[in-house]
Amino acid sequence: MESKISTLISKDLKNKKISVKREFDAPLSMVWKAWTERQLLDQWWAPKPWMAKTKTMIFKNGGSWLYAMTGPDGTSMWNIIEFSDVQREKGFQAVSAFCDENGKKNTDFPVMYWKNVFSAMGSETLVEVEISFTNEADMEKIIAMGFEAGFTAALGNLDELLAK
Amino acid sequence: MRRDVFQAIADPTRRNIISLIANKPSTPKTVADHFNLSRQAISKHINILAECGLLSLQIQGREYYYTVQPKKLVEVNDWLEPFRKMWEDRFLKLDKVLHHLKSKKNGK
Repeated sequence: MESKISTLISKDLKNKKISVKREFDAPLSMVWKAWTERQLLDQWWAPKPWMAKTKTMIFKNGGSWLYAMTGPDGTSMWNIIEFSDVQREKGFQAVSAFCDENGKKNTDFPVMYWKNVFSAMGSETLVEVEISFTNEADMEKIIAMGFEAGFTAALGNLDELLAK
Repeated sequence: MRRDVFQAIADPTRRNIISLIANKPSTPKTVADHFNLSRQAISKHINILAECGLLSLQIQGREYYYTVQPKKLVEVNDWLEPFRKMWEDRFLKLDKVLHHLKSKKNGK
């Protein structure tokens, strides 16, 4: 049997989509809160060693989440996530873009389209994230940025191990 | 440097060049003809791939051609792996947040 906590990622290059699936050992209502409330999002959204800090968050159709991810060297990356098709404790869609601290979008970076589906599995919750892109080049760019973040994360974990 | 490998293969043209050369060692001219790109553009891509060790140059007589370095390719075979790591790292933090929420609720 596969470990419950593994994150499943599959890519669909032809349709310019990446899907991420993960089960969480918590009831649906709690997982939903963690994905939609600013104080909770700030605690987990940034991969190590980045820190996420929300500036504004209005979680509803047509609302948006403006936050910064700050690295250990103090550089910040701003993101804006605009919500649509919010169905309480079922799922939501969103458009994610890079921007400045006022939420003005930076069109040099790719836009991502999110479709998040939440389902209760007994006392656990399955979250499925489908990320799609306008074109293949955008997808490559985001994956390349993920590489960077992935390595930074791996290095962060290494530091922790070495400190033990 | 490892990071350079991933930057090198993040480009779709370069990934196509790798698969072409992986099938058959090729001269820069063969590659340029195949992709309908200028020799200069192809050289630039090939140099990036060679610099990070994905391709190596073989000289046979007056011809020189490129081959892939299988060991290096295996290393980057699953090019989504670092992306997966990023998400996994994020989700491990979410596990902690959820665990905390649960213990708070049970404590009430």
